[in-house]
Amino acid sequence: MSAAEIKAKTFDWFDERLGLRMARDMLDHKVVPLHPGTAWYYFGGITLFLFGVQMFTGLLLLLYYRPTVAEAFDSVRFIMTRVEFGWLIRSIHSWSANLLIFFAFVHMFSVMFTHAYRRPRELTWLSGIALLGLMLCFGFSGYLLPWNQISYFATKVGTDVAGTTPFAGPMLARLLRGGEDVGAATLTRFFAFHVMILPLLTGGLVGLHLLLVQKAGMSTPKHLPAHDLSHMKFFPNFFLRELMVWYGVLALLGSLAAIFPWELGEKADPFASAPAGIRPEWYFLAQFYTLKLIPSHVWIFEGELIGLAGFGLLALVWVALPFWATTKPDGSGGRARLATGVGIFLVCYLVTFTLLGYFK
Amino acid sequence: MRAPVIIFLPCFALWIVPGSAAAADSCVTCHAAVDDAAKGPAALIKNDVHIAHGLSCADCHGGDRTSDDPDVAMNKKKGFKGKPARTTIPKFCSTCHSNPDYMRKYAPRERVDQFELYQTSVHGKRLAGGDTAVATCIDCHSVHDIRAVKDTAAPVYPLRVAETCSRCHSDAQKMAPYKIPTNQFQEYKTSVHWEGLTKRNDLAAPTCASCHGNHGAKPPQVESVSAVCGSCHVLFEQLYEKSVHNAVFSGAGGGGGCMVCHSNHAVHDPSTAMLVGPKAVCSGCHDAGTAPAGTAAQMAAWLDGLDAALKKSETLLASAEKSGMEVSEAQVRLIDGRESLVKARLALHSMKPAEVRVPVEEGMAVAKSTEKAGEFALHEKDVRRMGLAVSVLLIGIAILAIRLLLRRMESGN
Repeated sequence: MSAAEIKAKTFDWFDERLGLRMARDMLDHKVVPLHPGTAWYYFGGITLFLFGVQMFTGLLLLLYYRPTVAEAFDSVRFIMTRVEFGWLIRSIHSWSANLLIFFAFVHMFSVMFTHAYRRPRELTWLSGIALLGLMLCFGFSGYLLPWNQISYFATKVGTDVAGTTPFAGPMLARLLRGGEDVGAATLTRFFAFHVMILPLLTGGLVGLHLLLVQKAGMSTPKHLPAHDLSHMKFFPNFFLRELMVWYGVLALLGSLAAIFPWELGEKADPFASAPAGIRPEWYFLAQFYTLKLIPSHVWIFEGELIGLAGFGLLALVWVALPFWATTKPDGSGGRARLATGVGIFLVCYLVTFTLLGYFK
Repeated sequence: MRAPVIIFLPCFALWIVPGSAAAADSCVTCHAAVDDAAKGPAALIKNDVHIAHGLSCADCHGGDRTSDDPDVAMNKKKGFKGKPARTTIPKFCSTCHSNPDYMRKYAPRERVDQFELYQTSVHGKRLAGGDTAVATCIDCHSVHDIRAVKDTAAPVYPLRVAETCSRCHSDAQKMAPYKIPTNQFQEYKTSVHWEGLTKRNDLAAPTCASCHGNHGAKPPQVESVSAVCGSCHVLFEQLYEKSVHNAVFSGAGGGGGCMVCHSNHAVHDPSTAMLVGPKAVCSGCHDAGTAPAGTAAQMAAWLDGLDAALKKSETLLASAEKSGMEVSEAQVRLIDGRESLVKARLALHSMKPAEVRVPVEEGMAVAKSTEKAGEFALHEKDVRRMGLAVSVLLIGIAILAIRLLLRRMESGN
C-alpha cells in the first residue's frame, strides 16, 4: 500500500467517526469579505489567541501556586525567583491578561462602530458582552491571588464598592469575600473562581460565540452589502494573516514581560494601613475615578449608590444595543447614528476618566 | 483713678438689665471692658485650659464672680487673693496641682508632684532664696492662656520646649548674673536630636526637658551623664560603663561620660570621622601613632569597609530592581547586614576591637552574598534581553516566511 493510500484510508477512518470532510468543506467555503474595515476582523482573533495564552500560562502557574494566605505570596515569589522561566510565565500571564482586556474592548468597540451587532447577530453581541464581563471577573479575581499589599487593599475597596449595590449589596460582598472581610476565605474563593468557575463558563461561552460567528458569517458595514464585495478564503489566506498578527502580539507580549517584568510588591499585611494612592487595575479606573468625584451624598441618596445606578443604566443601554439601535431591513437609517454617538461618548469617557484616575 | 470707674460702668449697665448679671462671670465682663493692662487676662483667657475645663478666674484668684460690684467681687472677705507675688506662684498653682483628689476630677492621669520637683530644681531653690528672676510656672506655661502640654500651641509642647527655655537661657543679659553659657539652644539646633524633633516630627526625640528634667530642672552631673543618655541609648550605656573610658571620663573636668566624645547640646550624627582623621575626637587624648589611636583607626576601617560593602550591594540590588528583577529576598538579607553595622557601631562603645569584629564579619558575609545576588540579577537581566532579541528575531523570520508563503499562494491564484 502506497503512502497516499495509507493517508487516504486514515483520513476516511477519522472522517467516518468525526466528520472531518464536513469540517474541511466548511473551512473551504468560509470566506472573509474584503473592504476598508477588514482589519477589524483580526481583533476577535487576537483576543482568542490571548485567551489561549492565559490558559496555557495559567496551567503552568498552577503547578507551583499555593492558594493560602500563608503561602500565596511566597509561592509566587518562588515562581519568580526559583522556577526556571517562572518569571517569564508569570509576567506573560499578567501582561497577557491586561492585553486581553484591552483587545476585548477594541473588538467590542469595532463591532459597535461598524454596527456588526445588528440583526441577526444580537446573540453574538450578547455572548461577546458576557465574555468581556467574564474577562473583567478574571482580572478582578486574579489580581488578589499574589496576596500582596496593593492587591489586598484594592480587593478590599472593590468588594466594598460591590457591597453598596442596592438590596443585594451586603450579600454580594459576603459572597465575594466568604465572610465579613477580605481574608483567607476570600483568597480560596477567588482562586476557585479564577481557575475553575470562570474558565468553565468562558470555555462554553467562547464556543457559543464562535458558533454564532460561524452561523451568521462575517458582518460587513451596513452600506457595503456582502454580495457586492470581493472575498478572501478564510483558510489558509485569512488564517495565515491572523497568524502573522498573533506572532506580532506574541513578540509584544515577550518584550513587555522581559523588559517590564510584572512586579511582586510586598506581602499583604491586613493590619497595615492602606498604601497611599491605592487604586484598582486600569480597566476599573474610569469607574473608580467617577465614584471618587461623586459627593458622598446627592440629595437623599448615597453618592456611591448614584454612581452604581449610573453605571447600571449605561451597562443596560450598552448590552441592549442590538435591540434599540435598530436599522431598517436595507441596513440604513434607524438609530444607528445614535449608537455611534453613544459609542464615541463611551470611548471618550473611558479614556479620559482612566487617564484622570491614573494620573490624579 | 479712672480704672475703677471704667470697670464700674459696664457692671452698672449689667446691673440695670434684670437677669443678665447673674449668668455672667463678672471678672471677665469687667476686665474685658477696661483699656489698661487689666484687660489682658480677659482677652487671653479664652484659650486657657482651665476655662475649657469649666473653671473660672475666681477658682484661682478667689473673690465672688457673681457680683457686679467690684468691691464685693474683689473683696478679701470673699477669699479674693488678687495677683500672687512672684515668689508665691509655684505654691499658688500647687494649691490644685498638688492635690490628687482635686486633679483626678479634671486630669486623672496628670502627675501631682510638680511643686515637689520644682523645689528640688535650680529654679526652685533660687526662688526660695529670693531670686525672682528665675523661672516659675508661668514663665514656661504662660499665664491666663495656659494650654495643655499636648496642645501644639502650648509653649511646653515638645516641639516648642527648647524655644521656651531659650527665651531666658539664650538671653546673655539675663544669664550674666549666673555665669552660665547662652549658646545651648544655638548648639542644640545643630544636633541630631533637634533634627529628629523638627524635621522628622519625632516627638520622642529629646529636647531640653528630656535630659534636664522639667519641673525638677537641673544640669546632669558628670556621674549621671551616661545615665541620662542611657535612658534612651540603653545598650550604648551598658557597653560604655564596662569600657576603659568610663573610669577615665568620670574623672575628667568640664563634664564627662558620653559628652566627652559626643558633646552635650550639639550632638551630631556620629561617623567614623570621630575615630580617625583631622576631626577625630580620639586625637584629643590619644596622639597619632599610639596604640589606642591605631585601634581607633582599625575599627574605623572595619566600619567604613562594611558600610561601603553594604552600599555597593544596595546600589546593585536597586539597579536590578529598577530593571524589573525580583531581588526582594536579597533586599531583606541586606537589612540584616545593616543591623550588623548598627551592632558594630554599638560594640565600638566597649572599645574592645574583638567585640566590634564579630558583627563586622557577620555584616561582610551578608554584603558579599547580596552583592552576588545583585550581580546575578543584573546578569540574568542581560540574558533575558538577549533571549528576547533572539525570540523577536525568530518571530520576525516566521512572520516574513508566512508573508512570502501568502505572496506565493496569492500570485499563483
